[in-house]
Parts: sequence; C-alpha cells; structure tokens
Amino acid sequence: MFTFAKARLAVLGTGRRCVALRAFSGALRGVASSESNEESSTSENQLFDVIISGGGMVGTAMACSLGLDPNLAGKKILLLEAGHKKEMDRVPETYSTRVSSISPGSATLLSGLGAWDHIANMRCKPYNKMQVWDACSDALITFDKENLQDEMAYIVENDVIVAALTKQLQTLSDHVKVQYRTKVVKYTWPRPYHVSESIPWVQVTLANGKTLHTKLLIGADGPNSMVRREAGIPTVKWNYDQSAVVAVLHLSEPTENNVAWQRFLPTGPIAMLPLSDTESSLVWSTSHQHAEELLQLDEESFVDAINSAFWSNENHSELVETAGSLFRTALSVLMPDSGSARQLPPSVAGIGPKSRVMFPLGMGHATEYIRHRVAIIGDAAHRVHPLAGQGANLGFGDVAYLTKVLSQAAFNGKDLGKSMQHLLEFETERQRHNLPMMAAVDLMKRLYSTNAAPVVLLRTFGLQATNALPPLKEQIMAYASK
Amino acid sequence: MYSKKLARLAFGVLAESTFKCPLTRSVSSRVNAARSLCSWTLCLHHRQKNQLSEGFSRRLTRLNVRTVSQTTVDPAEVRKFQAMASKWWDLQGDFAALHSMNDLRVPFIRDNLLNMHGIQQLGKPLAGLRILDVGCGGGVLSEPLGRLGTDVLGIDPVEDSVRTAELHSSYDPDLRERVRYQACTLEELAEEEAEGFHAVVASEVVEHLADLDAFASCCQQVLKPGGSLFITTINKTNLSYVFGIVAAEQLLRIVPSGTHDWEKFISPEDLERLLESFGFYVEAIRGMMYNPLTGAWSWQQNTAINYALHAIKCKEEPQPGQVWAESENLDKPGRATNYS
Repeated sequence: MFTFAKARLAVLGTGRRCVALRAFSGALRGVASSESNEESSTSENQLFDVIISGGGMVGTAMACSLGLDPNLAGKKILLLEAGHKKEMDRVPETYSTRVSSISPGSATLLSGLGAWDHIANMRCKPYNKMQVWDACSDALITFDKENLQDEMAYIVENDVIVAALTKQLQTLSDHVKVQYRTKVVKYTWPRPYHVSESIPWVQVTLANGKTLHTKLLIGADGPNSMVRREAGIPTVKWNYDQSAVVAVLHLSEPTENNVAWQRFLPTGPIAMLPLSDTESSLVWSTSHQHAEELLQLDEESFVDAINSAFWSNENHSELVETAGSLFRTALSVLMPDSGSARQLPPSVAGIGPKSRVMFPLGMGHATEYIRHRVAIIGDAAHRVHPLAGQGANLGFGDVAYLTKVLSQAAFNGKDLGKSMQHLLEFETERQRHNLPMMAAVDLMKRLYSTNAAPVVLLRTFGLQATNALPPLKEQIMAYASK
Repeated sequence: MYSKKLARLAFGVLAESTFKCPLTRSVSSRVNAARSLCSWTLCLHHRQKNQLSEGFSRRLTRLNVRTVSQTTVDPAEVRKFQAMASKWWDLQGDFAALHSMNDLRVPFIRDNLLNMHGIQQLGKPLAGLRILDVGCGGGVLSEPLGRLGTDVLGIDPVEDSVRTAELHSSYDPDLRERVRYQACTLEELAEEEAEGFHAVVASEVVEHLADLDAFASCCQQVLKPGGSLFITTINKTNLSYVFGIVAAEQLLRIVPSGTHDWEKFISPEDLERLLESFGFYVEAIRGMMYNPLTGAWSWQQNTAINYALHAIKCKEEPQPGQVWAESENLDKPGRATNYS
C-alpha cells in the first residue's frame, strides 16, 4: 500500500494532466464568481499582478525574489500575512527553538536576495560535518566536505531568516506591498476560459471585508494551506505517529561546535544541531506519548534523558554487533581507508529557560502545485519529516525556480497566471526534484522506526556500505545541497 | 494534452469527415479549365481537394489567384474568419496553434526591436514604441506585445474579431491603456497614419490577402524610416502543401479545413523581391516548425513550410552602395539574430 501510494504520487505528480479536469473544477469554483460583478468598477485599484498568501520564510522569500527581478519591475506584488511584522533590531540573547538547516543552494538564493548579509550579521552557525548513526548497532555515516574547512550547511533560527527577509522587503516597498495582520476568509476562482460578464481574476476576500483581485495567486501558507484546500488540490498525506520536541541546550563545556549529530533511536531520531560554541538546538522526534512525558520532566531528568539517548548502547544486540563488526572488517579489507571512528556528541548540562515545545509530524504532498492562476510553494505543497533538515530548502528551491519561470514569462509578454505552460514547467521541474527527496526521507523514517533484527541488519549493512563509498556520499550531499 | 493530440491524430487518420460550417454549405465546384502552368499533380490535388471538402467556399483554381485590386481584403477570407470570431481565446480550440506560436513570434519581434532600439525600461523593454498589428484577429499577438510596453494598434477587417479582442483586453487595466483595436483595412489606415509606427507586424496574414502589392505599399507608408516589418507566413512548396494543407487541415485538424489556400502562399524569395521593390531591406528569414504532438513551435533552418521574416524600411531611396547611410536619429540596424 505504501509503494502504491508512492507510485500514485509519481504518476499523478510528474505526468501532464488533462486540462479538462482543471477546467471542470475551475468551473465548479467559478460559480461563486458571478456575485462580484458590481465590484468590477472598484477593482482596478485593487488588481495586483501577484498576491502571495502567507508571510513565513518561503512566502517572504518569494515576495523579495519577485520584487528584485528586473523583468518583473513595474508589476504590482502583494504579500498577505496573518501575523504581525517580525522585525529584529537586535538579536535577542536567548536562541529561539525553531531552527532550520540552510543548504548552500538556499544560502545562495538568500544572498542573491540580499538577506544573507543581514543573517550573517545577526546570527548563523555554519557546520562542517554531520554524523548520523544507529542506536541498534554500531553503524554510522559521516558527511563532510573534503578538508573539513568548507561549510556543509548553516543552522539559522527561523525568526532570524524572516526578519532578514522582512528587512530586505522594506527596501522594495515601492512595488512590493505587504499587509500584516491580514487574514483571508475566502478565495474565489475564475473560470479558465473566457466568459463575458465574469471577472477573470482570482478574488481574495479579507477578514476586514475588502476584496482584492490578482492575476496570479501564490499560496505559501504552510502545511494546512487554505489556498490548497480551497482550490481542491488533492493531497497525499499521512500523520507520523510522532511529535518533535525542540529545545535549546546548554553544553557542559564550550567546544568547537561545528558538527551536527543525529542518532536513530527505535522511537525516532534525535538530533543536536550547533548554534554556538556553548549552545545547541535539540530536535527529538518520538512517539506522542513519550514526547508529552519529556515535556513534563524537570530539567535535570530531561537533560539525563538526552544524554543517555545519545550515549547509551542498550539497544544493541549480540547478533547485530557481531554481524556489524564482521561486515566492517570485510569493508576495511576492500577499502582500507574508508570508515570512520564513532565520535560522541558533547554532553548537555542544561536547557534554555522556557524553551521546550512539541509539535506533531506528518508527511504531505500536493499532487498538483498549480491550477489556473494559482501556484503553491513551500510547506503548502510538500511537508517532510525534519530528520533530513530539508523542509525549508525544498521551499527555497521552489522560490528560485518559480521566480525564474515567471521572469521568463513576463519577458515574453505572457499573462502570468493564465498561460499554464510556464506554470506547468515549474510544477514538473519541482516535482521531479521534490518527490525523490520526500520518498527518501519517508523511507529513512520507516526503515529506522523498528528494532527488528532483520531490518536492523539490513540498515546496518546499508549504512556501513554507504559510508565506505565516498562517491555515493558526495552524490547524496550534492543532491541535498541544491 | 498528449492524449487529446493523439486522439485527434488517430481520428483524423481513421475518418476523413469534413469540417461542417453552419454558414456556408455550398460547394463551389467551378473548376477553371485554364491552368497552363500548373503541374498535373497539383491539378489532381486541387480536384481531390474540391471533392473532399465541402463547407467553406473553395477558391477558384486559377493560376494567378490574386488579382491586382486596390484592396488587400478578400471578402471570402473575411467571411471565413467571421464564422470563427468567438473562438479566438479558446486555448484548446481552433486557434491553439496561433497561441503557441507566440513563443516564437514574440521573442522574434522583441529581440529584433531591442537590437535596434535598446531596452527602454526594466519590466517594459519596448516602452515608447508604436506597433501596428495587421490582421490582429482576436488580439492573440497584440496582447503580449502590449504587455512588453509597446503601444499597439490592432486592425482587422472582421468586426466581430475586433470586438472579441476589445472585450478580452478590457479586463486588464495595463492592456486597456496600451492596446487599441480598430475594425478597418490597412489602406484606410495608411491614409491617416503616414510614418506613424516603429514596427508593423503581419503574422499569418499575408496568405489571406487579395493584393500583396497594395499591402507592401501601405506598410511602406505607415512605417517610420528604419522601421521594422515582421511577417510570418507559409511557403509555397510541395512540402507546405502536404504538411500545411493536407496534414494540418484535413488529417490532424490543427486548423479548420479551408483556412488556407495553397495558391496564396508565397515563397520567401518572392516575398523578399516584392518587399525590396517597395523600399524594404530583408534582414532575416527563419524557418519555423510546428510539432503536432507537443503543440509547440520551434525554429529551424529549413523555410519549406512556415517562416518568419524581418524587413526594415530603407531610410532613403535604395541606391547601390548607399543603402546604409547613417541617419542622425536612428540606431544602426542589428544583424540577424540566431534563434537556434
């Protein structure tokens, strides 16, 4: 059933759809558009070229990216965000709990937007090495660049990213407008074909009663996207029976903290991501019940739980240990200088005040990223398990490609939302990139969720073999860095 | 979209039923005996054509189809397009190939104009230029040009098409200011707007006109010196008969049956000679190809079927060795751009 769902994802996702299906559902949605004829006289003032719904990391990056594009100069762009404006004159002393791992590809996008300078001035932590190992065996894999000098990726707090992008947006305020504390209550879709007496634009009705029109609506409103729901885009999604507990950890002693650690426990992966020489961020995905228990623990017991999760070997079994070491010996004969010694992460002494939070985890993928005059990006289109740190990067990848596609369309004089051809190009390209990544992350999650001996043996051998093959590791890193 | 195209192909191959037009059902079966210069195969084809299709009135199969009249407009063509006037903006309908041709024609026009005038403004690269779109139909090409910043005047003798075009562009405030339409002929316009346009675009129009000399002369009148003339049309070869008429109209239904008349096609050499006699310099000719499976156009070297042509109005009377005298006001025309 699982593979069928993946196959369905692949078939629905990467094929070209019959446009009639879209027209049909567009017609269903367009029934409601007849009511707004009387607003057509005032709609000129409120007709935008692009409205981006959702001002998180990905939505704000999209607004910046469109605003800076030279072919889109003169287009009217609006960003709608339900929360308040996130400004950060000074970085707060304490770290916030929600962090993201920013790949070099995303860092390139952010520096092209001019936001990376702000981020570097505020706070970001590059790391050079990543160690991923199993709790049920000795298998481990390390990723690093050749000489440990180059950075692999960066850990940045989400608030810092949004604040940096908001600062850049302010410099574009002449043609990118932002409305904060604005909630959308309804979307009305246009008919895909030209019908007289009906408005051919997407109508966005706000909570304060105003109606805006746009030629293209971009939905960047998160995993429970209203745009996606209202457009009736079918989504393949399931909940993992896991929640993630995040916290800020104080290390026992200052260290050159430039390694990211992740250990796969049978209940779920626990990860420690460096924030500074003395602090790290914790992301512990575990069952709902265990997560709640962890939140209830007092600080000392919580810290003990973390340390033992990283350090203890209680899940090892004799069989697996022997098999694992045999395999490792065999590999070392074949490839003498492969394999790495297992290092242990730094021990934790305390946690940041009031910084334990939990949130549920799930997987989601929209089968279509586009409709007539609509596109969805970021978590609205795809939602992954945090174990690979790819969620934000996939979203930034969407931003980069959609901007490129819209820029080219504008230079060809096309209507940005109407001609499905360039939107389809965006959807095909991004689904081709996102689906394998999401499938791999889901596979990893399921593979490591059990401590049954055969599966453990399989993944032990697999991990050790992958660790022994530098070209394969380089491929993985290159794919994840895009 | 693939399935639709394949179905169309299969259907066309299996059943050669004809396109029924509600307006004109009469078959013009007059076959003129005088065809001294036609080859026998051509005659055979014409006769088969007449027998195969009813519906739109067939052109007389005389050799010299175009009479030298004072008007470029052919009433039979006007009637034909009147019937299809409402279908211009149905992206999957009869005009789908024209919509996808924008991917070639808009960059062709845009890049050649940019070569000559430079980018005027970011976001509106062709701002400040005036373009005349002859035979604009429903505005399929006028709208993208308008979005690039030009002031477009689209003219078409078919009133219904002009009305459709006006309605379609009326919703978008950007286009409303920049794109205007007028239901008139080129001759009528040439009297009012002498030397008024930086460029004239006649895309898929020349093969529907009655008198090409009048057309070239009017274009020469309305263009500013050094202005550009862009034409896309179909070559007059056996290959264009097979692909442009038999395959496109009868087998694959890419365009409705009867849209084109092979006799009115013109080869690039003939067109070039004609334009040069009216004071134009042909700067580029590129072949275009339509792929019926993907519905997309692409550039190609071979001009045997469709081709695009860019000509520039000479700034003074063409004299040997003096055609490229520098003018104070206008930039040096660019070279042919490579579109591969």
